[in-house]
Amino acid sequence: MLDDFMTRATLAGVGVAFAAAPLGCFVVWRRMAYFGDATAHAAILGVALSLAFEVSIFPGVLAVALAMALSVTLLAGRGYAMDTLLGVLAHSALAFGLVAVSFLSGVRIDLMAYLFGDILAVSRIDLLIIWGGAVLVIGLISWRWSALLTSTLNEELAYASGLNPNREQLILTLSLAITVAVAIKVVGVLLIAALLIIPAAAARGLARTPEDMTVIAAAIGATSALVGLRGAYVFDTPAGPSIVCFAAIIFAAFNLVGRRSKNRA
Amino acid sequence: MSLIAVQNLAVTYGGRRVLNDVSLTLDPGEIVTIVGPNGSGKTSLFRAIIGATDAAKGNISLQPGLKIGYVPQRLHIDPTLPITVERFMRLTERVSRARCAEALVSAGVPDLLKRQMAQLSGGQFQRVLLARALINRPDVLLLDEATQGLDQPGSAAFYQQIETVCRKTGCAVLMISHELHVVMSASDRVICLNGHICCEGTPAVVASAPEYRALFGIGTGGALALYRHHHDHDHDHSHSHEAAE
Repeated sequence: MLDDFMTRATLAGVGVAFAAAPLGCFVVWRRMAYFGDATAHAAILGVALSLAFEVSIFPGVLAVALAMALSVTLLAGRGYAMDTLLGVLAHSALAFGLVAVSFLSGVRIDLMAYLFGDILAVSRIDLLIIWGGAVLVIGLISWRWSALLTSTLNEELAYASGLNPNREQLILTLSLAITVAVAIKVVGVLLIAALLIIPAAAARGLARTPEDMTVIAAAIGATSALVGLRGAYVFDTPAGPSIVCFAAIIFAAFNLVGRRSKNRA
Repeated sequence: MSLIAVQNLAVTYGGRRVLNDVSLTLDPGEIVTIVGPNGSGKTSLFRAIIGATDAAKGNISLQPGLKIGYVPQRLHIDPTLPITVERFMRLTERVSRARCAEALVSAGVPDLLKRQMAQLSGGQFQRVLLARALINRPDVLLLDEATQGLDQPGSAAFYQQIETVCRKTGCAVLMISHELHVVMSASDRVICLNGHICCEGTPAVVASAPEYRALFGIGTGGALALYRHHHDHDHDHSHSHEAAE
């Protein structure tokens, strides 16, 4: 069954959608959208470094994404506005990554594959890493679920309940780095944030509790992966962007339906 | 033994000392109010007690196993986060739906379980925060200006509710408030804070202390009058205006 590249691509897309759903909800609730972007853009630097040192892409990207996320968290306390800081770091990381890649003479790499993903080239090993990462992220977030939710709502409330919001933030940062590392093959550096945010945003109108929203976001993400890939196959369009396009269409449709039913009520 | 004992506490923020040599204790069943002007370090004191801010000097000891119910000054729920009152109540405690309902009744807002937090009025929201803080039967209730955004009758009714609940359950209360005239009648002790402790004692003693008058000016004469007014004759305290919420 795994011999078929479409089957592997579909499984990869669904795996990433599952990891992205709970994390994406926190990214939306905590207004960390740009933070996700910055971490993802840094990943291209990770790709360049991995190729330069001839190691596998995943650990390289994971390490750089984590370093990026941690330095943003540390620097945020030093007086710069968060959006300025992220704007500086995200785009410099991307630029340095692109420049670093150009130095890698002798290696012919397809940069587009990393910017927009190359889901149709997912191997069995990739699939194993993607699902391993997804299980790890889902495990981490469900383990700390209540604590994460409390810290997201109010820092003092978390402290008074004996939690440490900084530690919970670290868990999210780590999950984000893992998700970026496994998603790079599926949607690429430029569209990872879309896969985090769009399903969560689309799920908002239908959900009454945080848990609902996570499950609905996962369903939307997985559906987008299935339909987007099918569309890419039929219309011969790039796979990663097609997945994001379908998610965006769901978002628009849910918003229109939501608005209409609100007007009627 | 005291529930909370703060000894010679100093707290520094960005090189600026916001609290200096603060000592206080809270005993079981006591209701203690902290008053002080803006920037007097009231919230820093609370953050130090719950462990959100490190002490630069001195120490804070909590009774081992102390259960704290915390009502924050303001709780902003991002509009992208859907959450019902029931889910919010069970955020950190595994409690039954019956306990949630019971806690809401004792906070004066029954029948809100299924509502979205974002749809509540200011008064309902603060009472749900109070209900959540009371749900694990805490030994201490910490309230940080819990009536911001409520009108005067609303906050008077809110403090009345706290006094009723806490006198019944024996839960101690440490609260910060701007509204001296409203909270004083319910307090056993008042601590007047302005970076350090200016004066403390029973409400009547503090209200007539020169240090207190220096901080709060002549308006406090009215506060004292109101305080006495509350105590020398008994009104019907049913607060029927709450129904308007």
